[in-house]
Amino acid sequence: MKFRTLKRHFREGAKNILRNSWMTIASVGAVTTTLILVGAFLVLMFNLNHIADKLEEDVQIKALVDLTADDAEIEAVGEAINKIPEVSSVEFSTKEEELADLVKSMGEEGEVWELYEQDNPLNHAYIIKATDPLDTESIAKKIKKIDNIENVTFGQEAVQNLFKFNQLARNIGLALIIGLIFTAIFLISNTIKITIMARKREIGIMKLVGATNGFIRWPFFVEGMLLGVLGSIVPIAVIVTGYYYISENVSAFKQFNFVELLPFSPFAWQISLIILLIGASIGVWGSVMSVRKFLKV
Amino acid sequence: MIEMQGVYKTYPNGVTALNGIDVMIEQGEFVYVVGPSGAGKSTFIKLIFREEKPSKGSINVNNKDLLTMKWKDVPYLRRDIGVVFQDFKLLPNFTVYENVAFALEVIEESPKAMRKRVMEVLDQVGLKNKARFIPDELSGGEQQRVAIARAIVNHPSLLIADEPTGNLDPDTSWEIMRILEEINASGTTIIMATHSKEIVNTIKKRVIAIEDGLIARDEHRGEYGYEI
Ligand SMILES: Nc1ncnc2c1ncn2[C@@H]1O[C@H](COP(=O)(O)OP(=O)(O)O)[C@@H](O)[C@H]1O
Ligand SMILES: [Mg+2]
Repeated sequence: MKFRTLKRHFREGAKNILRNSWMTIASVGAVTTTLILVGAFLVLMFNLNHIADKLEEDVQIKALVDLTADDAEIEAVGEAINKIPEVSSVEFSTKEEELADLVKSMGEEGEVWELYEQDNPLNHAYIIKATDPLDTESIAKKIKKIDNIENVTFGQEAVQNLFKFNQLARNIGLALIIGLIFTAIFLISNTIKITIMARKREIGIMKLVGATNGFIRWPFFVEGMLLGVLGSIVPIAVIVTGYYYISENVSAFKQFNFVELLPFSPFAWQISLIILLIGASIGVWGSVMSVRKFLKV
Repeated sequence: MIEMQGVYKTYPNGVTALNGIDVMIEQGEFVYVVGPSGAGKSTFIKLIFREEKPSKGSINVNNKDLLTMKWKDVPYLRRDIGVVFQDFKLLPNFTVYENVAFALEVIEESPKAMRKRVMEVLDQVGLKNKARFIPDELSGGEQQRVAIARAIVNHPSLLIADEPTGNLDPDTSWEIMRILEEINASGTTIIMATHSKEIVNTIKKRVIAIEDGLIARDEHRGEYGYEI
């Protein structure tokens, strides 16, 4: 295809959009609604994933070494833990470090604990991280069997629930997004179909003078793409503004400081690009689907 | 250039429109196709530009076998055949110029050559000064002249017309005929289905009469032969 022909197809596609203004408004409305919902879901899903990943990273196992163990035995415990294949890192933390951590985490209340500095009642500990956080529980069980281990702790319930919640959120979100996208494709292809019915005669005339299917299809392809792009303008504005507002405010609340959202930039721009691409694809797909049938005439 | 042998056409609804047509039309001929309504004239014409496929028989147009022709090759067949209909079939939102130019856009003609050629054919059909009008702003005769301009803008070897004067008053019809004769004089084959006794009996050409899907008569310099 020559460049001037491509230009011609874009011109015709754009003209169709202006010519069928009611259909344009209807399709753009359908895409806009869908993309606002899809965009909101995407923002939610990406952030849930992000939060979950953060929390997963934080999941660690603490193995407390028997108070009676001597230096060699403590060393042996460390080596035994290291031999577990699913373990990614092992760190030794002396009882002094443990106390310091405790004092720090308690804030003002922790000051009373400083009294214990001379007579530290805590154990030496190993801090273990799993390569895959899902293996946390089985690693903990294996460590428990090692000699000179007093106790093994990790946020059992919390971890399991988090994993389950995460998986569920991902699946539901994905199903909803796919459902919404198909609805929008259906709506666009229907609106374009209506305009094509009106243009059926025109398509017939074009074929009479020897236009190929590709030649006839191109302006519709452009039209669908433009409808999708037009339909993504409002959603992008809504999502970018909304996300700016939310990310500004969430960090302002102390209660939420365990929640760390994806940073506004570049996340808002990445989401905008995704919305634009989804919009254009919905439009193209919808138009291609609706033209196909009419070209067999 | 057009050869049909034992051509039958039965539509999906069971109506048999053509019942064994054998015909040969040479390059440069002017042929009237006459016959009562429903005899199969339009079907005969549609077979030539592959709007319909025969149920049986063989058709060759410009040395192309229309039976084995693939869907994707049909547009290229049509670029060498101009078609004109009773209802003009113009694109309503396009200007006169754009309607004619469309046939050249399809073959990706250069803008300069396109402008020159479109104005040339518009001049030929006497509509140079109405290039910017849209079809609704034209009379029936003018619209038909636009359709003819579009049909010949590509220099096709064959022009087929299905009752091109069917919607026009006598004066306008003669004007259309004058243009068609001119086109024929330059070497283009013309096949024209018509109900106009005056035209067939005045401008004498080959007449093929179709009745009940069969060729009932095929005469050079023939008569219309029906009373209505
Ligand atoms: N697309 C079609 N589907 C079914 N029957 C058709 C179709 N086109 C024409 N026919 C039938 O075929 C016969 C011949 O029609 P046509 O070729 O249009 O005749 P004419 O042009 O001589 O009036 C008629 O009986 C008509 O009803
Ligand atoms: Mg007819």
